[in-house]
Amino acid sequence: MMSAPSQTETWTISIDKEADIVAVRQQARELAKELHFDQFAVAALTTAASELSRNVWVHAQRGVARIRILRNGNRVGVELEFVDHGPGIADLNRVLAGGFSTSRSLGLGLSGTKRLVDEFDIDTQPGRGTTIVIRKWKKEF
Amino acid sequence: MAAGPIPILKIGATLLATIQIELHDTVVDSFQNDVLEQIEKTGARGLIIDISALETVDSYVARMLANTAKMAKLMGTNTVIVGMRPAVAATLVRMGYYMEGITTALSLEEGLKLQSNGSEPTDDERS
Repeated sequence: MMSAPSQTETWTISIDKEADIVAVRQQARELAKELHFDQFAVAALTTAASELSRNVWVHAQRGVARIRILRNGNRVGVELEFVDHGPGIADLNRVLAGGFSTSRSLGLGLSGTKRLVDEFDIDTQPGRGTTIVIRKWKKEF
Repeated sequence: MAAGPIPILKIGATLLATIQIELHDTVVDSFQNDVLEQIEKTGARGLIIDISALETVDSYVARMLANTAKMAKLMGTNTVIVGMRPAVAATLVRMGYYMEGITTALSLEEGLKLQSNGSEPTDDERS
C-alpha cells in the first residue's frame, strides 16, 4: 500500500439510477481537467469511472462513488472508490483475467479498467458486496 | 429526421449520425434502433457515425457502436466511424478493445470519401 496522502477534497455521488453513471463520469472528468491531467489521463480516468459506476448500477442497482483529490508531496492524483452491497464476485480471479463478455457483465469492465489506472484494489465478498478503489496520478514531466 | 437526441441526416445515399451529447446507456440503445430504422426508411447505402465530439467512449458505448455497424452490415449498409479522438483510441486499446472489423476514418471528410468510393471492403471481406 502507498503511504497515506493528505486528502483535501471529496465528492460523494450515490448511484441508484442509470443517469448516475454519467454524473460520476462527468465529475471525474471535470476534476482531472481541473488538475491539468493530460488528455490521455483524463480519458483513462473518465472511462474507468464510467466502467466502475456501471458495474455498481448493473450488478448491485445501488451504491456510492467517492471521488477524492490525492496530494502526496509534489504528486497529485485522483482516487475513486465504489462501494456496493450487491452480490459480490464469486470468481474474482477469472473476472480480473478479463476477456470479453457479450452482455454488460463484469469481465471487460474490471480487467480493462485495471489497465487504465495506476492502482487498483478490490475487496469483494459473495452475497455481501464489493468495494473497488482506483488511483491515477498525474504524470510529472 | 429521427426523433431521438442524436440527429441523423441523409446526404445523398449516406446517412450521417453525429453524436454531440454525453451518452447515457439508454440513449445509446435507442440510437441503435433509430439508425437501423432510418436505414430501412431511406435505403441508405452507407452510414457514417461521427464521434469527434465524444471525450469518453467506454466499453459499453464502444460495443454498441461496433454492434450497430455489424447490424447495418447485415442489412447491406457499410458503416464508417469517423473522428475518434486520440485519447479515446488510446483508452480503448489499453482496455483491450480493438473494434475489430469496424471501418474508421480520421474525419468526416475522409469518411464521406470512403462512402462515395462505393463499398469499402471490410476486413472480413478482404480475407
